[in-house]
Amino acid sequence: MAKTESTFKNMVLSLSLIALVASACLGFVYEFTKEPIELSILKKKVDAIKQVVPEFNNNPYNDMFRLPTGEGDSLDIFPAKQDSLIVGYAVSTYTNNGFSGNITLMAGFRPDGSIVNITILAHKETPGLGTKMAEPKFKDQFTEKNPADFSLKVRKDGGPVDAITAATISSRAFCDAVQRAYNTLQKGEIHEPVK
Amino acid sequence: MNQLNNFTKGFIKENPILVLVLGCCPALATTSSALNGLGMGVATTFVLIGSNVVVSLLSDLIPYKVRIPAFVVIIASFVTIVDLLMQAYVPALYEKLGIFIPLIVVNCIVLGRAEAFASKNSVLSSFIDGSGMGLGFTFALGILGAFREIAGSGAIFDYKFIDGDGILVFILAPGAFIALGYMIAVVSKFKKP
Repeated sequence: MAKTESTFKNMVLSLSLIALVASACLGFVYEFTKEPIELSILKKKVDAIKQVVPEFNNNPYNDMFRLPTGEGDSLDIFPAKQDSLIVGYAVSTYTNNGFSGNITLMAGFRPDGSIVNITILAHKETPGLGTKMAEPKFKDQFTEKNPADFSLKVRKDGGPVDAITAATISSRAFCDAVQRAYNTLQKGEIHEPVK
Repeated sequence: MNQLNNFTKGFIKENPILVLVLGCCPALATTSSALNGLGMGVATTFVLIGSNVVVSLLSDLIPYKVRIPAFVVIIASFVTIVDLLMQAYVPALYEKLGIFIPLIVVNCIVLGRAEAFASKNSVLSSFIDGSGMGLGFTFALGILGAFREIAGSGAIFDYKFIDGDGILVFILAPGAFIALGYMIAVVSKFKKP
């Protein structure tokens, strides 16, 4: 087969054709994977909610509401109810202070403000260092603590939290995200108490 | 014999990482554990085979002067497909590899093979070349990842067999350079010039 010559017409035609076919293929794959991707993201969030709040029997997704953080943003709050009695709130919170980019995590609080558990949704921290914040050794320092009398600061900043070795920035960021969730929840409850 | 040679050359003789030293950015960045290295290798292999086959199919249709943009469009499409598929079916691995999946687009090996081999050879040879190169890449990344995981955290495939923290530097970027350097040295020693 003779090679197509590099005339203007040929170049435009062949490139357009390739781009057209490529985008058609991509559109197809996108449609095909759209549902599984949404499902896997949803599953991750639901699993995260289950991990961080006491046992519940409602669907926290249907009762979800948003509260402003006071910094021009808002957080998703998932109330967990056992027989329509609030047993806890799962707060999908974030921090911009991660070692490499944002960290989003799900923090669970009891109605009195104490932390039940925390789990990490997404992060880009250094593997083997910052990623250790997902391990119980670090995370469990926060369980059953109430940020009202347990300041969310690492030891270097004069707080009670043991930072991860060689990952102080990630540890600080973790505290920052939890603090943001706590503040938002506390402030929100004053303005619009949840029945 | 010739096809066999096309396949095996990717492992040692023209190994993309250990001999050609191409595509080092993802190789150094993603190999903090054996599983990450292998995952990255498999994703790249898929893109390599796909782009090699399509480029060799279309090599007569693409005018010489626009071949590079055409190759890039083809490669980018395959990368996006891998990206979407991984996000849908292996979300855990997808999150670990993060930005390095989309960055396969600019991996020198993929464009290099399209330009240097697939555009000049038959579809079958290109397919075999793509799989050989891809597996060679996977193999190098797997070994590098396994070594860094064992030395850095005393574990292999997330299974911890040594207690304690391990040698921290191997998890970090400098450790990747050190480990890769030694691997290249060992391969050069055994490879006949």
